[in-house]
Amino acid sequence: MSGETHETHGAVHRHEPPTSFIRKYIFSLDHKVIGIQYIILALVAVLVGMTMSVLMRMNLSWPGTNWPILGTLFPGGAPDGMMTPEFYLSLVTMHGTIMVFFVLTTAPQGGFGNYFLPIQIGAEDMAFPVLNMLSFWVTFVGFVVILAAIFFSGAESTVGPIGGWTGYAPLSALPNSGPGQGMGMNLWIISIAIFCVGSLLGALNFITTLLNMRAPGMSLMRMPLTCWAWFTTAVLALLSFPVLLGGGVLLLLDRTAGTSFFIPGGLYIGGELSGASANFPIHTGGSPILWQHLFWFFGHPEVYIAILPGMGATSHILSTFARKPVFGYRAMVFAIFAIGLLGFFVWGHHMFISGMSPYSAMTFSILTLSIGVPSAVKTFNWLGTLWGARIRFTTPMLFAIGFVSLFVAGGITGLVLGQSSLDLPMHDTYFVTAHFHLVMGVASIFGMFAATYFWFPKMFGRMMSERLGRIHFWITFVGVYCIFVPMHTMGIVGMPRRFAQFTEYEFLATLHPLVVFVSIAAIATVFAQILFYFNLVWSIFKGEKSGANPWEATTLEWITPSPPPHDNFAGVIPTVYRGPYEFAVPGAPNDFIMQTEPEPGTVPATEGAGNGHNGHRH
Amino acid sequence: MATTATGTRSTSRKEAQVSGGPKPPGPNGRGPGENGWRQKGEGNQRRKFSPAAYRIAMWVLLAAIVMMFAALSSAYIVLSGGEEWASIAVPRMFFWSTSAIVVSSATFEVARRYLKDGRQRQYAQWLAVTLLFGLTFLVTQLMAWRELRAQGIYLASNPHSSFFYLFTGVHGAHVLGGIIALLFLVVRSRNTYELGTPRSQASASVVSLYWHVMDAVWIWLLLLLLVWR
Repeated sequence: MSGETHETHGAVHRHEPPTSFIRKYIFSLDHKVIGIQYIILALVAVLVGMTMSVLMRMNLSWPGTNWPILGTLFPGGAPDGMMTPEFYLSLVTMHGTIMVFFVLTTAPQGGFGNYFLPIQIGAEDMAFPVLNMLSFWVTFVGFVVILAAIFFSGAESTVGPIGGWTGYAPLSALPNSGPGQGMGMNLWIISIAIFCVGSLLGALNFITTLLNMRAPGMSLMRMPLTCWAWFTTAVLALLSFPVLLGGGVLLLLDRTAGTSFFIPGGLYIGGELSGASANFPIHTGGSPILWQHLFWFFGHPEVYIAILPGMGATSHILSTFARKPVFGYRAMVFAIFAIGLLGFFVWGHHMFISGMSPYSAMTFSILTLSIGVPSAVKTFNWLGTLWGARIRFTTPMLFAIGFVSLFVAGGITGLVLGQSSLDLPMHDTYFVTAHFHLVMGVASIFGMFAATYFWFPKMFGRMMSERLGRIHFWITFVGVYCIFVPMHTMGIVGMPRRFAQFTEYEFLATLHPLVVFVSIAAIATVFAQILFYFNLVWSIFKGEKSGANPWEATTLEWITPSPPPHDNFAGVIPTVYRGPYEFAVPGAPNDFIMQTEPEPGTVPATEGAGNGHNGHRH
Repeated sequence: MATTATGTRSTSRKEAQVSGGPKPPGPNGRGPGENGWRQKGEGNQRRKFSPAAYRIAMWVLLAAIVMMFAALSSAYIVLSGGEEWASIAVPRMFFWSTSAIVVSSATFEVARRYLKDGRQRQYAQWLAVTLLFGLTFLVTQLMAWRELRAQGIYLASNPHSSFFYLFTGVHGAHVLGGIIALLFLVVRSRNTYELGTPRSQASASVVSLYWHVMDAVWIWLLLLLLVWR
């Protein structure tokens, strides 16, 4: 099953690193290489997603302009360089799909989780390295297929399917329902199904590793909050992706085998009744709302899959640079769990306008608002961690504080939208777009920026440029607020989302300057990311050498050299004596104490402190 | 002030921690001497095979699979309230297929008992019997499809018939996975040397767990198709 065939007889045997290039960097079994592969995948995918958002903004702000290069690239979607509405819709779809699946799910969990979860719990690798490798390559195939959906979407080519990242039926269930909904939509579903499988393999590995491979002394309550976040995320992925996979199978059957799981009877498309001709066979008895239930049962946990790792990284980084223990560690752990658990019971708040019974809506509404409680616990504990601290304002710290800011700013509007009476008029406006971009999109990305600047020295042995990092932070931070705060206003005025342009609507004409402003802010913010990419590549080769523990942090990844050796701790396994955030302990000579530092009076490692391991190393 | 805020230690150790960390960590974060690293020699051995990892992974995998069948089942329940729903008689073959898979679960347990007793020949035989019943299950499921087709009931005929094919198909694919795992066990069971190892015990126990859950899932799906119409 995994790469441990050589240890069946219990031989004393150090795990040797592979030597060939392919086994070392491509089909690697090393969780660190796989983590970096995931991060690279996300860095590529986010470029595609950002390009699409810039194209959308261009079309919204300057409708009817000719962009000759688009005409050359997509003669079907943008004839003579003029974007068609369908082209815009497919941009919406592919931007959402690529960002949610291949950026917000891969980088925080597959990337940083893969790299740092084993190290932080003192394991030498994941429990099943082969599955880990497969999970990356399966995800990679999913990415290739989603890119294929852009280019193989049929004769009247858009740039892919137009059904939105939510793939609502019956639009998504019928090949003749619009341009791009033919082959492109099939590929979209297949890509998502492949992605589900990859995520499941990853989640399986995360859970097993965390439960079974903690170093001696690493009890659950001594784990860094990052590990709790990755673990909860893995549980969410484990329980929600199969539902999407099941729904995807049904959708694919509807499209290819003529079933009617999501297609109601008596449907008219383009003036043609269901069953009237060969390319529109008869359908009867399905329910489009069923797809919404299945999709959002996955979709809401997915939101937390995106943001929980960011929360974990933020807690970790805030504590490190505030030089204080995380305020209320236990409460933070339970808040993560509470958010994860409640996340399974609130999917209906995405469907208030689907005509659901007001009683169900009220139930979903109350459950949704109750997520505010653990979220507030987390926010106040972050503030409590910062309170009265002598903060070291490094770049990762700036991004972590930015995360808190964005999480609050985006979360507040969640309380507005969580009430069905307010959601009904606002649901299809820019208010929702602004809300979820702030709280799940940008906040998660800020968490990942913080994680990148924080752990880069560990991953590559060199520091990233602080100066570039700060410039990157301030442009991005101001930029995203300039983009998304005005969108709230647009939403309240009533600007509908997913519309390609607004020239036809007189009451929105006054908003046009704001639309242009948002676009300029978006384009500037996107270009600021060049700084980040440059910093990343430049620092790998030219950054200042970092040493093993440049941030004077306490957790296990900082006891090992940077970058860590092949099996993380050079053949030895650390023993853990204390909690993860022992900063500013009174009476201690330093303001931080490593987790591996024995407390006076504790028993030696080999006899006692086996709290979190199952004794399979004696 | 900060010590109490970690929440990560038991209060009984309060005195010990107030006295603070004993030694300054070295420049790389490692304290000198007794720094939490295992001594070379005793610790520099890779983790031994852990049966717990197999077991945890199997439970986790089964949780995912059960979630998918739960999703499909709820789709069934939602659509069964529709107006176009037309109930279909359960094909008779299901009686045989259900019997086959239930019997296979029992024979699997018999085989495992022999494995525990170290009786290799009986173990191999009963595994082969289990495999045979598993294959019988798949064949009878396919025959049930033929039975439906003979009545003119196809995948796309109506929502209820779609679920007949869907449930049997998706479940059959999972049973096929189990059969591949069983085949693997059967091949391994010929090797006497392997049998005593914790690895072979663990593989047999996780495969049987998977098998029993697939058995239970089938009974659940059958009950849905039979009763909830």
